[in-house]
Amino acid sequence: MTLELSHLSRRFTDFAALDDVSLSIAPGEFLALLGPSGSGKTTLLRILAGLDYPDAGSVHLDGHNFLVAQARERKIGLVFQHYALFRHLTVAENVAFGLRVRKRKLRPSKAAITERVNQLLKRVQLDGYGHRYPTQLSGGQRQRVALARALAVEPDLLLLDEPFGALDAQVRLTLRRWLRELHEDLKLTTIFVTHDQEEALELADRIAVMNRGRIEQVGTPEAIYQQPATPFVCEFIGKVNKLPVTCTDGKLAAGEWVLDSDPWHGRHAHATAYVRPEHLALGVPANQPAWIAHLRHIYLAGSVVHLELYVPAIDQTLEADIAGEDVARLGLQTGVDLRVAPRSAVVFAIDKPGDDATVQDRWMWQAQSTIFA
Amino acid sequence: MRRRILPGFGLSLGYALAYLGLIVLLPLAALAWKASGIGLHGLIRLLSSPRTFAALKLSFVGATFAAVVNAVVGLLVAWVLVRYRFPGRRFLDALVDLPFALPTAVAGIALTALYAPNGWLGQWLVPHGIQIAYAPPGVILAMVFVGFPFVVRTLQPVLESLDRDVEEAAESLGASHLQTFFRVILPMLFPTLLTGFALALARAVGEYGSVIFIAGNIPMRSEIAPLLIVEKLEEFNYAGAAALGMVMLIASFVLLIIISLLQRWSRRWAEQTR
Repeated sequence: MTLELSHLSRRFTDFAALDDVSLSIAPGEFLALLGPSGSGKTTLLRILAGLDYPDAGSVHLDGHNFLVAQARERKIGLVFQHYALFRHLTVAENVAFGLRVRKRKLRPSKAAITERVNQLLKRVQLDGYGHRYPTQLSGGQRQRVALARALAVEPDLLLLDEPFGALDAQVRLTLRRWLRELHEDLKLTTIFVTHDQEEALELADRIAVMNRGRIEQVGTPEAIYQQPATPFVCEFIGKVNKLPVTCTDGKLAAGEWVLDSDPWHGRHAHATAYVRPEHLALGVPANQPAWIAHLRHIYLAGSVVHLELYVPAIDQTLEADIAGEDVARLGLQTGVDLRVAPRSAVVFAIDKPGDDATVQDRWMWQAQSTIFA
Repeated sequence: MRRRILPGFGLSLGYALAYLGLIVLLPLAALAWKASGIGLHGLIRLLSSPRTFAALKLSFVGATFAAVVNAVVGLLVAWVLVRYRFPGRRFLDALVDLPFALPTAVAGIALTALYAPNGWLGQWLVPHGIQIAYAPPGVILAMVFVGFPFVVRTLQPVLESLDRDVEEAAESLGASHLQTFFRVILPMLFPTLLTGFALALARAVGEYGSVIFIAGNIPMRSEIAPLLIVEKLEEFNYAGAAALGMVMLIASFVLLIIISLLQRWSRRWAEQTR
C-alpha cells in the first residue's frame, strides 16, 4: 500500500495552495503534515480524500492511479477537526453508517453490522454509549465516535484533519497517546494534519513540514528537530535563537563569537545561525570565544528554567534553557554577567542579510571543545 | 436565581400574555361565543350539509396538497439559492418574497388571466382537457402561490448553517449523492421543513382573496370554506358563519398540533438530556 504523490500542484484564485509537492508514504506509516495555516497541508489531505483535485501531478497507490477514483470509492477513513458526526443519528447508527450505505451485495447482515459496531465501540472505549446522540457526548468522546465510524469501513488509509484541534489540552494529550497505541495495534497507514509541532513530534513516524504550498523537509521527528533543512523548519519547530553572521577572512563571526573556519571558503558573505535554547552554554572559559551576556530574567518553568540573556555586542536578546538544578550550581541570579556561547548551531549561508529566501547552503556546526559538555 | 437578559421576568411574561390574549384569544373567544348561538342541533345540520362538507374538504385537502408541493419545490429553490452561485441569484432571491407583498386579489386575478380558457396558458391547456381555472386545480395553484415563500425562507438559514463536513464525511464513508441527501441532509432539514410546511398549510387554509378569483366558486366543486363563511355573513347568518369558522379553527389547530408532535419526534436527537 505505498502511496506515491508526485508533483502535485493546486492553485486557488489568488494563491498556490500546493506547489509541486512530491511525497512517498510507506505502508503502515504514521505521517504528520505539519505547517502553519495556509501552508497547504489541508489541501493535500483533501486531495487524498477525493474532496479536492490537483491542477497537476499524480497520486498512485501501489501503481494504480488514485485520483480517478471518487471519494466514496477510495476506502478512506476521514476524521475532521469538528467531528462531522451525523447529529440526527445515534452513536451506533453513526458508526454503522458506512456499512449500511453499501450496495446490498456487499452489505453485511444486520447482525453482523451490530456486532461490528459493538466491537468498534469497545475499541474506542465507548461501549454502552451506542444509543446516545452525539450532542450528549463530550468533545473527546465525539472524536472517538468519528474515529470508530471511519474505521468501520475498514479503510486502507486513515486521514485525520487536525483531529485534536477542537479539544482542550488535557483531553488532547490523552487522546494523542491513545491514538498512537491504536496505530501500533492496527498498523493502518495514517496521515494527519496538524499545526501543533509538539503533537507531530510526539505522534508521527515521519513529519512533512509544509510552508507556502511546498514541503520544506520530510524526516523523522529527530531529524526534523536536530537537522532542520531550512530556516523555516528551524523557526517553526521548537524555540530557536536567530543570529546574523558575517563571513570574512575565512572566519564566521557574530560579535565576539568567532569560528575559525568558513565551510564555504568565502563564497558567501552573510549567514544566519540558528541556536536552540538548550544548546547555549553558560559560563564559558575565557580561552573560548563567547559573548558577554547580561542575565535579565529567570523564568522557572518546572524542571526547566528559561533564561533571558541580553548580549550588547550584537544587540540581541537570547533565550537559554537549562536544568533547574544548574541555576544554583552556576550561581545565577538576575543582573549578573555571563560568558555565553553556542554548543551547536545550524548555519545557513544567505545572499542578502536578513533575507531567508536567498538561502544557499547549510552547515551543521558542533563545538569541538569538551569544555562545553 | 439565574440572571436573565430581559429585566423583570414577571413584567415581560405578563405583557406577553396580555398581548396574546388581546390579539389572539379575545377574538377567538368572541368567535366561540357567537358560534355557540347555533346550538348543537344547528351544528350537526351545518356539518351534515353536503355543500359545507365539500367546501371544508376542498379547503383542507387542497391546502395540504399545496403545502406538500410547496415543501418539495421550496426545498429545491432554497437549495439552489443557498448552494449555487449564478448571475441573477440575488434577483431570484428577492422574487421569492413577492407572494408576501402582492395583494392576494391581484395574484388571483393574474392567475385567472393566465389559466382561464382564453388566457395565455389556458388556451393551450383547456383543449387538452386540462382545466385549471374555475376548478380545484386552480384553487390549489393559488394556495401554492401564497404559501410559497414560507418554506424557502424557513429553510434558507438552516441550509446555510449546514456543515459541509458532514456531507463530505458521508461521501468518504461510501454514500452516494442520493444516499447523502436522503440519509444525512434531509433528516437534518426535516424539522425546519415541517415548520415551513405548517406555515404554508396554515396560510393556504386561511387564504381567501386569491382563491375566489380563480376558483369560479362552483358549489360542491370549487368552493372553499372561507367563501361559504362570507356567503353566510351576507345572508346575516352570523351564528352559522361563526360556527363554520370555529370548525375550521379546530381542524387547523388539530393539524398544527399533529405537525408539532411530528416535529418534536424528528428533533429527538437535539434534546440535551443526560
